Amino acid sequence: MSLDQHPHVGLFITCLADLFRPSVGFAALKLLRDAGCRVDVPRAQTCCGQPAYNAGDRRDTAAIARQVIDAFEPFDYVVAPSGSCAGMIAKHYPDLFDEKTREHARAQALAAKTHELVQFLADVINVEALDVKFDKTVTYHDSCTGLRELGIRDQPRRLLASVAGLKLAEMEESETCCGFGGMFCVKYADISDHIVAGKTDFVRQTGAEVLLAGDLGCLMNMAGKMQRQGSGPEVRHVAEVLAGMTDGPAIGEADG
Amino acid sequence: MEIRSPDFAKNSSRALHDAQLQRALGNVKLGFIAKRRKAIDKLPEFERLRDEARAIKEHTLKHLDLYLEAYEKKVLEAGGHVHWAADARDARRIILDICREADAKTVTKGKSMIAEEVALNPHLEQAGIDVVETDLGEYIIQLRNEPPSHIIAPAVHLNKEQVEADFRRCHTGLPDGRDLDEPVQLLGEARAVLRQKYLDADVGITGANFLVAETGSSIIVTNEGNGDLTQILPKVHIVIASLEKITPTLEDASQILRVLARSATGQEFSVYTTLSTGPKRPGDPDGPGDYHVVLLDNGRSAMLGTPFEDMLRCIRCGACMNHCPVYHSVGGHAYGWVYGGPMGAVLTPTLIGIDKAGHLPNASTFCGRCEAVCPMRIPLPKMMRHWREREFERHLTPVVQRAGLGAWAFFARRPRLYHALTSMSAAVLRAMAGRKGRLARLALARGWTRFRDLPAPQGRTFQAQWQSGKRA
Repeated sequence: MSLDQHPHVGLFITCLADLFRPSVGFAALKLLRDAGCRVDVPRAQTCCGQPAYNAGDRRDTAAIARQVIDAFEPFDYVVAPSGSCAGMIAKHYPDLFDEKTREHARAQALAAKTHELVQFLADVINVEALDVKFDKTVTYHDSCTGLRELGIRDQPRRLLASVAGLKLAEMEESETCCGFGGMFCVKYADISDHIVAGKTDFVRQTGAEVLLAGDLGCLMNMAGKMQRQGSGPEVRHVAEVLAGMTDGPAIGEADG
Repeated sequence: MEIRSPDFAKNSSRALHDAQLQRALGNVKLGFIAKRRKAIDKLPEFERLRDEARAIKEHTLKHLDLYLEAYEKKVLEAGGHVHWAADARDARRIILDICREADAKTVTKGKSMIAEEVALNPHLEQAGIDVVETDLGEYIIQLRNEPPSHIIAPAVHLNKEQVEADFRRCHTGLPDGRDLDEPVQLLGEARAVLRQKYLDADVGITGANFLVAETGSSIIVTNEGNGDLTQILPKVHIVIASLEKITPTLEDASQILRVLARSATGQEFSVYTTLSTGPKRPGDPDGPGDYHVVLLDNGRSAMLGTPFEDMLRCIRCGACMNHCPVYHSVGGHAYGWVYGGPMGAVLTPTLIGIDKAGHLPNASTFCGRCEAVCPMRIPLPKMMRHWREREFERHLTPVVQRAGLGAWAFFARRPRLYHALTSMSAAVLRAMAGRKGRLARLALARGWTRFRDLPAPQGRTFQAQWQSGKRA
């Protein structure tokens, strides 16, 4: 592994950013390059396999994991703009293969070099401040997997604090689940709705102009709920603000 | 009790629309979480205590047979009896036999989830025995003929006004105009009614938080002292407990007690921690003449050596449900059987079968907060996933979901096709949304759009843009 000034990073774009919000991918690219990384985006990636994993389908999960391992093995690091997908690779891939097999060893090696974007910038590359401006009051939701599996809590707040003009208004229960939960939100739609409605109340109570988080699943859930309710701040991925790429419409908002 | 777990979806939807219940559940969220946090912040070594508690239980489970036999020996030495119950039926039969032997008309009971698990009360009642719950919460739900909705706070789904109405309905013979506005007045009335029952009871039945192999003692923790009166006053005391309640020594039990109350109610210690070891000895001022322990297996020994073994470390503190967003939303009754919340989602399928309890391990967002607060560090989400795997293997997963997943996985395993599909989807969804940026309705995503708008894709997929040379 070439742990030089310019580590070679494979960007795991995530299925949601790929399809719904490519701007998150471009924000991640910019942040990584500004931090001195050489970045590539392997074509042979689709998804981390979590939908199959959490549905109990281990065989398909393992097949998808093998594909990800093949595609990302050559890189110094794997970085994803999502705590959920990064957590899947970093914490669960090794469990998919029998111990003492070569596949298990490969999964472990990949797991060890996989990071969520903001954590990677703050803890691995040691980025301390970003030279961007965002003149708004924001509130930050701690997505569950990032928070509890990867220990992401201070890193985004530290980097957001360096953004000129940005004010952080913490919401109550920022660490409570938003009710997304992957397939949960459609399988148990009314329970999910009850949870997200509680969450959006807390979001609105902050009076923030923008809601940020590090996972598109949660963000689309909360944005979609507030748009249905007809009130609430605009919603963006934290990478967009950190990269200074906030010109385009927020999640679910109209063009222009 | 009747199994209503297969109706989880219906149960939970009813719960979500029950305003009274929702008000009560609001208190769970506020009370328990803050109190636990406060207690733990005061104890810097809490994380280390969790590790030690887990190690004690892991060691015990590895040598369960040894400690159970040692425990039995000590109980016999103290003059008590030990009964091994393979399943719920065994346990009911054993206890009814003991009650008949004692010619029991009235039985008082301390709070016991194991008694709920084996459905003890209806069995004794059918035999003509008057069973009286003495834990205030249990007493209230007994008046209402309801099962508990929480393992340590059985009546947490109720509001004060409901309890007042129940007391006025059931405590006939007391003045109609009496004041019952304050919780303390309700407590006083329950206490007065129960006092005579304690004195009348022929048999007292309690559960156990710990069984100590070293001494043959059983330990209960309560906040009301009702357990003490239940086990000391009647002439027979029956302890009903499941196998995994065993701990090697008193020191071990004390270690685990340090994390139990803090995790449960945020207390440093429960108000009463009561040990009982055998019947009354010559010279003792009080205590039962006969002392029985009913040790229930009910599928637990079969969990040893399986991915579900970790669940046997559970000390029934309730922290997982107190921190669970799904439990907060629907309450304990929606889970349809004795145990609710994350611990119930793991344990219930082992006890009643995954074919009946299939919803439970699925109804989780996997937010992981249950595992984060579990004093015994039980990997609850991981075990719920194990259940989902069993369901998938046995084709119990709903057909539509399975088909959808299969189709998705087909593409996810073929990147070229996948990218063609996502490019097309992006274009279609984008066109459907027009300039609005979101969709209010989408036939294939009704579960989503029933309650929320669906953000539309921004335009072309990231991969398409990347491939066509847009690199920044």
